[in-house]
Amino acid sequence: MEQPNNHYIEQLSGDNAEFKAKMIAILKKELPEEIALYQNQMHHNDWAKAAASVHKLKHKISLLGLDKSYYIAEQFEIQLKDNSTVLQSDFETILNVMQQFVQEL
Amino acid sequence: MNCIVIDDEEMARAIIGQMVENTPQLTLVQECSNAMQAIKYLNQHPVDLIFLDIHMPDFTGFDFIQTIKNPPKVILVTSDKNFAIEAFEYECIVDYLVKPITEDRFQKAIQKANAKQLTVASTSANKTVAEDNANEFYINIDRRLIKIEFAAVNIVEAKGDYIHIKTEGKNYVVHSTVKKIEDKLPKDLFLKVHRSFIINTKKIIDIEDNSVLIGKDVIPVSRANRPELMKRLNLL
Repeated sequence: MEQPNNHYIEQLSGDNAEFKAKMIAILKKELPEEIALYQNQMHHNDWAKAAASVHKLKHKISLLGLDKSYYIAEQFEIQLKDNSTVLQSDFETILNVMQQFVQEL
Repeated sequence: MNCIVIDDEEMARAIIGQMVENTPQLTLVQECSNAMQAIKYLNQHPVDLIFLDIHMPDFTGFDFIQTIKNPPKVILVTSDKNFAIEAFEYECIVDYLVKPITEDRFQKAIQKANAKQLTVASTSANKTVAEDNANEFYINIDRRLIKIEFAAVNIVEAKGDYIHIKTEGKNYVVHSTVKKIEDKLPKDLFLKVHRSFIINTKKIIDIEDNSVLIGKDVIPVSRANRPELMKRLNLL
């Protein structure tokens, strides 16, 4: 399983510890909110809205350096727009890995 | 350049905010989490540049561009590469950034925005020159080109092969014809009232039968030109 990293955050913040802390704080707050929203939409079989949430989550996936997972998310977003959930389990595994990583930041 | 960022994702706003802070020519004046908030802000505060997310709840970035009047320069910011073609349909869009944005790519987008600004500034500078030319003309006296504002001219009088141009403070004698200068003067301001006289209608002090008083000069008005002169007056 592909593992997240904070290379992008490190690169972007450089010596700016304050900005790094701000990014991590936003990640810790925003990621669980976005995941909760996605889960709620999936629970209600609202595939169109869930696709929009997956789209939004793609930014977090990419900024945590998850290149292969990004591709899965992209495919899952397309599937949801076609009312298909084949990649749901794969996608949610990615979300779990991300959440765990972010909690430990 | 004053700029705003419109993105429903706080992380995206924070990243762009930081990149703007690292760019001396940019000032971030507002962060908006949705399009409506941005529309309200832009109604009160014009900006030079917008960083715009395409995917927002209820209102896409393209809907937003179509909603605002005279959109400023826009740099699209999105996780989706598939909107690039649509983006080129909008003249205001100067570049397209795919998340996660890198500092290098951000700076390239700003260079494009600056280049676009220079083009616009250069066009407006040309326009200003053209507009300025519309307010004045030049006469050649002793190999010197002298600028005369149209509004400063009181009377043009033909005298043989010369014309006398009388302004508020000075009189000029130029080798030309009434016809030539008549073509140069703005028709809404000047009127030929006699075959030898063109007057600035704004400078009329009074009109008496067949003459008008401009400054201290009494100018004859021919019978043929009188109806046009009367049409120009704001008569009670």
